[in-house]
Amino acid sequence: MVPLLVGLAPFGLVVGAAMVSSGLSVTQALGMSVLVYGGASQLAVVDLLGRDAPFLIVAATGLIVNLRFAMLSASIAPYFRRLPTAWRWVVGVLLVDVLYALSITTFEREADIDRRWYYLGAGVVLWLGWQAGTVVGVVLGANVPEGVPFEFVVPLIFVGLLVPAIEDVPTLLAAGVGGTVAVAGANLPLNAGLLVAAACGVGAALLADRGVA
Amino acid sequence: MVSSGQDTLIWVLVAVVGAGTLAFRLSFLFLFERLDTVPPRVERALSFVPPAVFAAIALPSVLPLEAVLALSPDPARLLAVVAAGVVARRTENLVATVVVGMGVLLAVRAV
Repeated sequence: MVPLLVGLAPFGLVVGAAMVSSGLSVTQALGMSVLVYGGASQLAVVDLLGRDAPFLIVAATGLIVNLRFAMLSASIAPYFRRLPTAWRWVVGVLLVDVLYALSITTFEREADIDRRWYYLGAGVVLWLGWQAGTVVGVVLGANVPEGVPFEFVVPLIFVGLLVPAIEDVPTLLAAGVGGTVAVAGANLPLNAGLLVAAACGVGAALLADRGVA
Repeated sequence: MVSSGQDTLIWVLVAVVGAGTLAFRLSFLFLFERLDTVPPRVERALSFVPPAVFAAIALPSVLPLEAVLALSPDPARLLAVVAAGVVARRTENLVATVVVGMGVLLAVRAV
């Protein structure tokens, strides 16, 4: 939880600064952080806005970057079966990559944990940390100090989550193919690199899984 | 730069992306309730999503395409990630992973 916050809050700061630097008002920037709540998509959207991209391209990019939330939703749904409707909204509204990763890791390790309340507690803390980081970034604007590479905390967190997720050959292949395609597809139109990479990684793992079985 | 005349358009954009993103987040939380059981093959496929997505998010920050094409990867980032990976494998501790990774990054850059 602490390293996730240490990573998420500076990421929020970077995103907050990027939003106001590209010309969004303070209200628009904060509104975007609350309503979209997805740093990668927010960065992609303000980057395109700053380059005067057409409205439909900007919207499509933001949505495509966030399409992975559907995959996260599918992946976490089996852990929350038979949930009341209100709880399903809670789980969905708070769902972000780090919360998903933290939760499924914990659920796998501790079978008797109260999943709903664990998820809610962690999710609210991460949400507040993200919003706080964004507010600081918006206030600081473009004056974020560049000396310390805080943004590198984000990939380090994902390395820390990725390594335990690699359990066998198919999961190793998923990571290897996903990572490689993401690097190679960095300049794909509509910022589709992450989505294509994830699909390729899962596809490769499925093929390997079928071959092994 | 966003011009002042675009205010409404920005809010429409935020609303569209926000609503779509929320729909993605909620999608399977509601869909799965209509299925009695999750087919084992679907569950197996879903278990491949986290490693693929985590690697796809992490690797481009470590090894940007420009650095690969120029054959000039940043040794500080590479060493930091390798060290973090070793710590993650040994300890499965996120704090240790991030602290060691950042420490190696700063140490190599200071050399």
